[in-house]
Amino acid sequence: MNAIQTIQLTKKYKDLTAVERLDLEIQKGDLFSLLGVNGAGKTTTIKMLTCLTKPSDGDAIILGNSITKETAQVKKIIGVSPQETAVAPNLTVRENLELMCGVYGFPNEKKRAKVSELSEQFELTQILHKKAGKLSGGWQRRLSIAMALIGEPKILFLDEPTLGLDVIARSELWDTIRSLKGKITIILTTHYMEEAEELSDRIGIMKAGRLLAIGTAEELKEKAGTDKFEDAFVKIVKEEVK
Amino acid sequence: MRLLTFSGRTAKEILRDPLNLGFGLGFPLVLLILLSAIQANIPVSLFEIESLTPGITVFGLSFMTLFSATLIAKDRESALLQRLYTTPLTATDFIFGYVLPVLPIGMMQSVICYLAAMILGLPITITILYAIFFILPVALLFIAVGLLCGSVFNTKQVGGICGALFTNLAAWLSGIWFDLNLVGGVFKKIAYALPFVHAVELERAVFDGIWTNVFPHLFWVLGYGVAISGTAVMLFLRQMKRQ
Ligand SMILES: Nc1ncnc2c1ncn2[C@@H]1O[C@H](COP(=O)(O)OP(=O)(O)OP(=O)(O)O)[C@@H](O)[C@H]1O
Ligand SMILES: [Mg+2]
Repeated sequence: MNAIQTIQLTKKYKDLTAVERLDLEIQKGDLFSLLGVNGAGKTTTIKMLTCLTKPSDGDAIILGNSITKETAQVKKIIGVSPQETAVAPNLTVRENLELMCGVYGFPNEKKRAKVSELSEQFELTQILHKKAGKLSGGWQRRLSIAMALIGEPKILFLDEPTLGLDVIARSELWDTIRSLKGKITIILTTHYMEEAEELSDRIGIMKAGRLLAIGTAEELKEKAGTDKFEDAFVKIVKEEVK
Repeated sequence: MRLLTFSGRTAKEILRDPLNLGFGLGFPLVLLILLSAIQANIPVSLFEIESLTPGITVFGLSFMTLFSATLIAKDRESALLQRLYTTPLTATDFIFGYVLPVLPIGMMQSVICYLAAMILGLPITITILYAIFFILPVALLFIAVGLLCGSVFNTKQVGGICGALFTNLAAWLSGIWFDLNLVGGVFKKIAYALPFVHAVELERAVFDGIWTNVFPHLFWVLGYGVAISGTAVMLFLRQMKRQ
């Protein structure tokens, strides 16, 4: 069953087409990576799928709900970790997590359980009382990702989640992502090829708003005729692959 | 519940900024003390505490405009608001969540001003309570200006427009510091076409307990309040869609 299906999804900014007639199908429970060079349209695609921007044309269906017509339904089932770290700087780590609990209308008991669950998972327990704005970039990033998981999303969007994380934190986040695999559908963007290859069930490669290739890492390597995934990516993006 | 959560966050963001507290509370208090000291040393009545205090409570609200505009503009530039736009929070939650928590903050400011004025010799009367109550519609007007500016301008622009331009406009055209009749002419006409002097005269009338003098000033304040709130809501929704 499809978790996400985009139908000719298009976003135009004045004379620039950021995303052009995107047709994408993502299986329920899959981890799907969206790759592409800077400005390829990854973030714009995620913004449309998460109801942040309205598509100029086309539509997408998320677990049976249209992103253009049933935004309220869609917002209940998604979780988003934006490309830029999104935390309230003057609130403590705990308050940030509680803010998200409140946003989803959790009663006090569930709130407490969720906060302790996620602060343990992301090792935030020691810094719960610290102001988010005072944390280092990487720790703000962790908090930002934890906040995306509070609402128990069925579909999770991670826009460059490991950006700015140290090696340890990155590998821990990979573990976290792996532990979510199969339970929820994850859409991830990244510039780290090994990350995409390591985590993804399927990978889509975008350039200038269009989808150039889609498949498993193996399929893409085969298609490009390379041994390394990174080489395959480069070949596909340079459109040397027919 | 959702609204309560977001309101709580607004209040925390405003109250935890030491600069906000310093200006929002400190500045009106300093003015009150300074002008009372001047009054004590001059023979003519220029800054009688009975007419000065209601004026200062109105002037102090221009900081509420600055606070809410700054918060909203900052939020719009941060990814936090983008994140919240992808959650079940509705436009109504956002608008009320930005406006409602600032109302009690504005009221607290008035309460503190009146307390300080009492120490400086303001006679204690029941009308002080009424005056604090009637600060509500005035505060709503000032906060709506904040919502409007925060929805349109960026943080830097808000600093200039709400921080400098608007506070000065509200001060000069309010009749708090000098009698507008002394200036007269076009200046007075402009002042009376804007809500600030009406807000001050409304507060003075309530404080004096002369209810007939409340009108038409209350209508001016409410009229402007409704018009600006309406515009602000429209502009907020527009920027929300424009993401
Ligand atoms: N609000 C906007 N107004 C105008 N153009 C925009 C806007 N947002 C994005 N764009 C343009 O759309 C194109 C796609 O941008 P997008 O952010 O989706 O790229 P991306 O694939 O996420 O890149 P990166 O890897 O750098 O994050 C870019 O050319 C960008 O300049
Ligand atoms: Mg991006």
